[in-house]
Amino acid sequence: MRFERYEVGEFFDETFGENGQPRASARGLVNNIENLPQGELLNRQRAAERALLQMGITFNVYGERAGVEKIFPFDLVPRIVAAAEWSRIERGLKQRITALNHFINDLYHDQKILKDGILPAEIVLASKAFRKQCIGFNPPRGIWCHVTGTDLVRHRDGQIYVLEDNLRCPSGVSYVLENRAVMKSMFPQVFAASKIRPVASYPSRLRDMLEFLALEQAAEPRCVLLTPGIYNSAYFEHSFLAQQMGVELVEGRDLVVDDGYVCMRTTKGFERVDVIYRRIDDDFLDPQCFRPDSMLGVPGLMEVYQNGNVALANAPGGGVADDKVIYAYVPRIVKYYLDEDIILQNVPTYICSEADDLKYVLENLEHLVVKAANESGGYGMLVGPHSTAEQRAEFAEKVKANPRNYIAQPTLALSRVPTLVDDHFEGRHVDLRPYILYGKDIFVLPGGLTRVALKKGSLVVNSSQGGGSKDTWVLADAPVPENDELTPPSRALAAKVAA
Amino acid sequence: MLSRVADSIYWMSRYVERAENVARFIEVNLQLMLDAPSGEDQQWEPLVNTTGDHEAFTKRCGNATQQNVIHFLTFDAENPNSILSCVRAARENARTIREIISSEMWLQLNKFYLTVTAAAADSSAQANPHEFFTEVKNASHLFNGVAAATMTHGEPWHFFHMGQVLERADKTSRILDVKYFILLRSVQDVGTPFDDIQWAAVLRSASAFEMYRKRHGRISPKSVVEFLLLDREFPRAIHFCLLAARDSLYAISGTPPGTFRYVPEKLVGQLCSDLSFTSVDEIVNSGLHEYLDNLQTRMNQVAAGIYETFFALKTPKPAKRSMQHQTQ
Repeated sequence: MRFERYEVGEFFDETFGENGQPRASARGLVNNIENLPQGELLNRQRAAERALLQMGITFNVYGERAGVEKIFPFDLVPRIVAAAEWSRIERGLKQRITALNHFINDLYHDQKILKDGILPAEIVLASKAFRKQCIGFNPPRGIWCHVTGTDLVRHRDGQIYVLEDNLRCPSGVSYVLENRAVMKSMFPQVFAASKIRPVASYPSRLRDMLEFLALEQAAEPRCVLLTPGIYNSAYFEHSFLAQQMGVELVEGRDLVVDDGYVCMRTTKGFERVDVIYRRIDDDFLDPQCFRPDSMLGVPGLMEVYQNGNVALANAPGGGVADDKVIYAYVPRIVKYYLDEDIILQNVPTYICSEADDLKYVLENLEHLVVKAANESGGYGMLVGPHSTAEQRAEFAEKVKANPRNYIAQPTLALSRVPTLVDDHFEGRHVDLRPYILYGKDIFVLPGGLTRVALKKGSLVVNSSQGGGSKDTWVLADAPVPENDELTPPSRALAAKVAA
Repeated sequence: MLSRVADSIYWMSRYVERAENVARFIEVNLQLMLDAPSGEDQQWEPLVNTTGDHEAFTKRCGNATQQNVIHFLTFDAENPNSILSCVRAARENARTIREIISSEMWLQLNKFYLTVTAAAADSSAQANPHEFFTEVKNASHLFNGVAAATMTHGEPWHFFHMGQVLERADKTSRILDVKYFILLRSVQDVGTPFDDIQWAAVLRSASAFEMYRKRHGRISPKSVVEFLLLDREFPRAIHFCLLAARDSLYAISGTPPGTFRYVPEKLVGQLCSDLSFTSVDEIVNSGLHEYLDNLQTRMNQVAAGIYETFFALKTPKPAKRSMQHQTQ
């Protein structure tokens, strides 16, 4: 199968330059694909899909009959990230996580950043994710955001922007690992010829990070992964990570608080647990502390945590830093705590609780993406250019009723990657979610989940809304850049970022 | 290991074994009906009786015909003991313990599930069930073989094995019972060549025909009962299964052999002794059906004891509500 009819279009293409030639980093791959025998790529695509179904690498779809699973659609053509670009992304992510960790810690202690007027106290304290229960608490090793998945996008101007930080229970890393395993079996020659950085160490790194949080006296700390259970959309991932790390996968009903410690019920009685990688939200963690109707959590867990007898990752309360409104202030947060300029820019953001911005948003709904502060998975969101007048009117009412809950951003022209459509390639829009672990040091997994909007023209990459994924190849050595230079950020965007 | 995980492993293997055995006793009945003299009524109701789902069946399906009994036991999603439901339940259990079982086991069980759901959606598979039942048996054998070859033979394995052999013991007793119900209808056939054919079909349905021939040679009802009930070496015989369940139970608890600490140890020990010291003549004379009925009740008590001892751990006193005071 060949790329000769492939159209780069008016978007930034990750594989081909504007001249239609493959980028230096993608040449090996493009050659390899073009030299495959007729029909071979399609065969491999089908083989990959069959493998994913038989391995049961699926996700549950909310709102459909219980037990309905779908495979997360997977496209064989990978996204390639050149070494130099990755090193900038890596520095940018480390900077961001460091600053956000300072920020969370400050919010639950002296609140200096609020006292210094860097961001408005009423916005921060009104956030649903700000947990009064955590005020004054010092988490083990001073870390709040242990596992982060930061969504990055590239605009038409060639720049990478941060779309959002996911500091609560970011999912998707299991697909990164499984996609890679599938790709290695489909394209062994390309792997042998290119220097693609491996991602397989993630589970070991995750386990090391968790053990780092255990109490000093625990010689062999027992770590567990706490899942809401098999009906959670990310259950496959929970089970996969527990298996790969070699830790127990537990549900709330497996854990019990006994004599000041968290224990799990085993066939030989109760056994103590030192570290919990929890994949359930703060709200459901402990019915005695948060939502009293939670059936998923462990009664009394937070008390044990506050007494320092168990460690939790991510720390409860940390979600305040990925509030979509607070996001707009992250460049100022970085400047405030680190005295550095931010490396990875935010997408310019209008804050609806500010009168001028609200007016602009309401007048320009058809050009903007409007998001609710505490929703994820593409829910509670209006994509202006793809909306009807009726939908916009309805959304405008919601925004006016509760402006604090909304932000708006210009619609970005997300970059594209060639994607197999029937028997040829078409460009499809992608984002990128790298994963960051904060333990003894900060580790950025060289790779990440490239989500792709499979519907023609669509910008929504979420799996629940018709998105799929691709493998992400981060190259080890900088290939020679030829016509690969990126254009500077467009002026309009730069102006808004500076504002 | 976690109680919940032990529970799931145990039920995963029980459900796979159950699916296999449902396939087996539909097959034995198909064989029996094929060999029945023409004009003889088709007997499908006994099959539903032996599975214990008689009430649900009559309520939903009415009269027992070959077609609706086979559908009820094979693809009926609302019957919790149909092959489809069993394989689905086995897979749901496996999903909750994917990190415990080997990935090969998961792959095989997932394929098994996809095979059964595909057959359920395909009317040609329903018209010709023989091939499907063979496939079910093979998938189950493959799953058990993969488990034995890829799973560490530690505590989780013993829960797996215990679930498998207890289910098998129960179902072998029911396969014997199917023949008993047929016998009730045709007393005049006892001792005729036709009776021999029927007993041979029972043996075949338990994959026991060749092994029986090696042990007993000629087919006689008593020897067949002795073989499927009391043999210590044939892996589908009830006695064999209970001895295996006992060994796994003791491997889990660590209790010295010949003694007991937990209720299920006592019950399974007593069952094994009874089978060791009972002759087939005593069983047949006192009534095979009654004997099997009593055996099933006692095996259910063993299963209930396992649940109480290992899966349903009592919760300690509830934690105090003091944390909220500290922060408000």
